[in-house]
Amino acid sequence: MSILIDKNTRVLVQGITGKEGAFHTSKMLEYGTKIVGGVTPGKGGQKSEHGLPIFNSARDAVKATGANASVIFVPPKFAADAILEAGDAQLDVVVCISEGIPTQDMIKVSHILKNSKTRLIGPNCPGIISPGKSKIGIMPGFIHKEGTIGIVSRSGTLTYEAVHQVTQLGLGQSTCIGVGGDPIIGTTFIDLLPLFENDPETEAVILIGEIGGTAEEDAAEFIKKNFSKPVVAFIAGITAPPGRRMGHAGAIIAGGKGTAQEKIKVLKEAGIRIAESPAAIGTTLIEILR
Amino acid sequence: MKIHEYQAKEILKKFNVRVPNGVPAFSREEALQAAGKIGFPCVIKAQIHAGGRGKGGGVKVSKSAADAQEIIDKIFGNPLITVQTGPQGKTVNRLLIEEAVDIQRELYVGIVIDRKTAQPVIMASTEGGMEIEEVARTTPEKIFKEYALPGFGMQNFQYNRLVSALKLKGESAKNGVKFLWSLYNVFRRTDASLVEVNPLVIISTGELVALDAKINFDDNALYRHPDFLELRDTSEEEPSELEASKYKLNYIRLDGNVGCMVNGAGLAMATMDIIKLQGGEPANFLDVGGIASSGTVANGFKILLSDPNVKAVLINIFGGIVRCDRVAWGIVDALQTLKTSIPVVVRLEGTNATEACKILAESPLNFNIASTLQEAAELAVEAANN
Repeated sequence: MSILIDKNTRVLVQGITGKEGAFHTSKMLEYGTKIVGGVTPGKGGQKSEHGLPIFNSARDAVKATGANASVIFVPPKFAADAILEAGDAQLDVVVCISEGIPTQDMIKVSHILKNSKTRLIGPNCPGIISPGKSKIGIMPGFIHKEGTIGIVSRSGTLTYEAVHQVTQLGLGQSTCIGVGGDPIIGTTFIDLLPLFENDPETEAVILIGEIGGTAEEDAAEFIKKNFSKPVVAFIAGITAPPGRRMGHAGAIIAGGKGTAQEKIKVLKEAGIRIAESPAAIGTTLIEILR
Repeated sequence: MKIHEYQAKEILKKFNVRVPNGVPAFSREEALQAAGKIGFPCVIKAQIHAGGRGKGGGVKVSKSAADAQEIIDKIFGNPLITVQTGPQGKTVNRLLIEEAVDIQRELYVGIVIDRKTAQPVIMASTEGGMEIEEVARTTPEKIFKEYALPGFGMQNFQYNRLVSALKLKGESAKNGVKFLWSLYNVFRRTDASLVEVNPLVIISTGELVALDAKINFDDNALYRHPDFLELRDTSEEEPSELEASKYKLNYIRLDGNVGCMVNGAGLAMATMDIIKLQGGEPANFLDVGGIASSGTVANGFKILLSDPNVKAVLINIFGGIVRCDRVAWGIVDALQTLKTSIPVVVRLEGTNATEACKILAESPLNFNIASTLQEAAELAVEAANN
């Protein structure tokens, strides 16, 4: 088992003819992801360099291929529209990789999707992977291993670091999701935790947070009340200065709120084990699993 | 993107928000002229991208031309130290000269995006002129909030509720609704991430005037507002950060002595943290992005080494899509060109990491190659403290 995606997930690539979209389509195909087609308005009827059919719209693509998920590689100016189109086509899971979408566009997207069946992951994220089954995103597949650890994170390469540590220690991952570094994202920690709770294959969860917002505090509250599996958390940014955006649009300590110290305190109070060092995420997990 | 108070007020004026009559000045002479034009008493306000200017001595009332001369000489061209500038302060290169208004009451209004509800929220308070964080901490009951309705924005009844919470009556109440409506429009139409008026003052006629104004724009939406780009004041930015932004590198300078170069923002923060955990102090945040090519590595080095405090450099790259062997060549190339004597600790993990370590080991340069993040941090901190 895994959450949200499995080997039968049929994936569309929105922006398949762009440089990044084409490159990562190859990588996903190599991993074994079932990619059934691409969407590029105006290029319908053509074939991608991978030999996949291209459609003018997500709706056409769904009709022809039975796709139930998509991954978006379109430029930030058009990304919000691509997400809405995917929602309109009734896809179950939409992963938006694009970075730099205006916040007001995401406000619109977030409210429209609230009344739909579509779950958006991202934007500005590495995507989702269920090792050995499907990879919808840009993460390096080879560092992952099939297993029982669920990983949720606001980061990209820091997630790879955690995945790598878990794999090195002989454990594997059930599903890893990068939720994205923007202030407004489609899926947050508390949307994913219930799915991990109900996934019989997931034994424990690693949660990787960072400064800014209250997603970690919300997760702490949820875990305290509703989550029975062991959780290890790491929060990046104990050395981050206030008022400065640390790369991610959402990683900022504003008005004294959103510090790593505060998040760590709240998580600890909820009984969650904290990995104090980013190098100790794997070993801390081993400790609590013993 | 941050802009100056006088620029924010220009924008407010376009949206029919009343601001005091004012003239910006870019030299001492211009400032003195402006003061004469506005008349006395007038207010001389330092324009820097930091709050706490009043307490820091950057806002003064001038009663005469002689008085104005003295104030301008004191403020202009000199560093202004406020709670937000750090101990070195920020040099004042621009002034705003404004008419003095008779203040009856001081209020606070701010608009931001609430991340949890994904909605703009108007915050208003009767405690104008104070730092809103301070009010939130000590008397949270004095802050009133209204969240825009999803898909429909802020409604009239919400403005009415805020206005009555602010205890505005009669003509002031009517003006208040108009004021808030206009301010919300500024927020929406300019793709702002923050619009703040503190204080918002009520003058004797019952009119509402934005005595101070702060607008931050959403950087991701600037392509929709090309005219805002000219409002950027690069003299407000740390020169090395400005240089980094030209190379599309994300760099923030800090006070420590261990420079670090990392791919990805989260890993970059985590690398700073582990330096601290090892007893060192990070000199910077530097995210070279997903594509750590030899060019970006070279530029990254240049930026890092421009900081005289840096005593050691830690490179932490987790190669996913980017291949570590390419990064290794980039590091070797960059260091051969730059000829630095600063110790460099390299940790490369992920795609082609083994080949990459071989490239580094066989190069004529002297690297400290670490196999784990932990070891890398230990080596870098040790090197910096030697």
